[in-house]
Amino acid sequence: MVVASLCDVVVTTGNFPLLSGVDLTLEGSTTYVITGPNGAGKTSLLRLLAGLEVPSRGSGTVLGFDICSAERRELRRHVGWLGHETSFYPDLSPTENLLFAARTTGADVDSIYSALDRVGLTHRAKVPLKSLSAGQQRRVSIAWFLVRRPQLWLMDEPFASLDDEGRVLISELIVAAQTGGATVVLTSHGALPAETLATSIVMVGGRIAEVAS
Amino acid sequence: MIRLILLVAQKDLLIERRSRVLLWQVAPFGLMTLVLCGLAVGPNASTQAKLAPGLFYIVMTLVALLVINRTSQLEASRGTATSVQILGIDPGAVFLGKGLAMFFQLSIVGTALLAGTTVLLHVPLHAAILTLPVLLLATATLSLAGVLYGRIAASSANAGTLLPALALPAFAPVLIAGERAFSSLIAVGPLARWVWLLGVALGAYACVGLLLYGALEES
Amino acid sequence: MKKLTRRALGPLALASSVATFVMGYFITPPDKVQGELARLVYIHPAQAWVALYLSFGAATIASALYLWPRTRSMVADRVAASAVEVSTLFIGLTLLTGSIWGRPTWGVWWVWDARLTSTAVLGVLMLGYLALRRANDDPQVRAKRSAVFAILTAVNIPIIHFSVMWWTTLHQGATVFTENRHLKIHGSMAWTLLLSFIALSLDFAWMVRARYRIADREAGQRNSELDAALKARRTESAS
Repeated sequence: MVVASLCDVVVTTGNFPLLSGVDLTLEGSTTYVITGPNGAGKTSLLRLLAGLEVPSRGSGTVLGFDICSAERRELRRHVGWLGHETSFYPDLSPTENLLFAARTTGADVDSIYSALDRVGLTHRAKVPLKSLSAGQQRRVSIAWFLVRRPQLWLMDEPFASLDDEGRVLISELIVAAQTGGATVVLTSHGALPAETLATSIVMVGGRIAEVAS
Repeated sequence: MIRLILLVAQKDLLIERRSRVLLWQVAPFGLMTLVLCGLAVGPNASTQAKLAPGLFYIVMTLVALLVINRTSQLEASRGTATSVQILGIDPGAVFLGKGLAMFFQLSIVGTALLAGTTVLLHVPLHAAILTLPVLLLATATLSLAGVLYGRIAASSANAGTLLPALALPAFAPVLIAGERAFSSLIAVGPLARWVWLLGVALGAYACVGLLLYGALEES
Repeated sequence: MKKLTRRALGPLALASSVATFVMGYFITPPDKVQGELARLVYIHPAQAWVALYLSFGAATIASALYLWPRTRSMVADRVAASAVEVSTLFIGLTLLTGSIWGRPTWGVWWVWDARLTSTAVLGVLMLGYLALRRANDDPQVRAKRSAVFAILTAVNIPIIHFSVMWWTTLHQGATVFTENRHLKIHGSMAWTLLLSFIALSLDFAWMVRARYRIADREAGQRNSELDAALKARRTESAS
């Protein structure tokens, strides 16, 4: 099953092409890891797949939604996102943030607590997000994946800022997601844990240079 | 939809309760500006009373700018904006929810400033009490307008200075209507037309916001 | 035919403007009450018409066309922006000529009259629009936010107008028509007035077209720069 199909997609900021013509097809229930030098367009590609970027040229669909149209808004409801920056509201606690997210999206509210427990944040669930370390803040975003159970997982350097325990957690979640039928696309600068089997996508200069299993 | 509106409003108010920006920054600013107005027009009580409605609504407009800027900055950081966009909340609900939260905040500060105006600028108590419903209508209008203009200015370069340039001219009718209504209650005059004008403005902003907030979010 | 119309626009606008000047300054008689000052009637109302109705009307329609998905195009955005720039200019001219007329008539350069005040507020809103366009580099973001702002302004205009009108009114009453829609002014004055509306409307059309062409060329330049940047980026990936 094809999850995403992109045809010569260009994404710009000002007059600089973040993506300079991406042709890519992603299959379901597969893990993809995007690598490449700084400025290659890895994050931009993830954002495009999440429906967060508007193509200047080209066409594509993700999960059946046209990324060149207003369908992007609907697409976002079906993806999970883990970015570099702090997600959610810094003044609210992890519990409050996840409760807000769950109630507004119709996700299972009760699963928040088990998700926070799974990522090891039960003891810090009620302090403001801004009081947590960078790694702990990322765990809140990871907890949201467990609550939301999206079809497409998009993770920008998921292993960054995490300790060994955190990395093992992410690896286990990725494997579980793939087994559960989700597609996982992540970026990474370094080597992945050995147990993470993934199709490699190499990006250079805003384009796909190589795809290899 | 109503549930989503209330959730968004509750979230904004919860953030405000945590940060207490309204209590420690906005309210003191409003109070100080009121005092400065009193100083600027001189110590004559009858002059102050005559100018009180206009001065009050100028202070309210400036306070509204602070609250609007604060509210629109809640989702200004890239990480927060992205994670909220991913939730895919109905833009109409976000618009009305943020408007509702802003209305609560502005109403609280406005009521406090009204009390301050009554004391500092010698406004008759009965007029101050009677003007309260008009004040609430004016703050509701400012709130909905503020959500829209705040969103337009947000994420632009120099959002803090752009917002007043965009919003203040549009707030002029609210200021005029509020001041005229307040003055009419002090020295009996036509009130209905100003209430009607505020109602029309509120309805207009509500309609435009429900139609176009989604387009702003996408930008 | 289209090309002929485009080529004729400039000369027509110029000719009608010159004709308005000649008729207004040399041919029409002075007013029996206001004397020579009344000759400003051949400029001021037409400027107000262009500023408040023609320019801003065009900007509003173009903005609505941009926001409607089926008619969305950068052409609409560029037309809206060009019309707002022209509107801002004409608002400035309207206030200027109004002040020049007002000084000997009312004794002051400025009064808080309903129409003057509404026009001034609209002028500030137009400056806000222009400031907004400069605050966003991305063409799509700029177009969308500007369009929403223009629609908001259009919605605001009647609200501003009524609020200021009820607040106070000192302005000259209806200049051209009586309450029964009979012409107040006659003969050469009426024709010159009509000509001034046509002339300034043509001036407006020519200005918007000229500004649009500049914006179009700028967009073309940006496209060329993007193509060059794409080429450089693709070369980077090939190597």
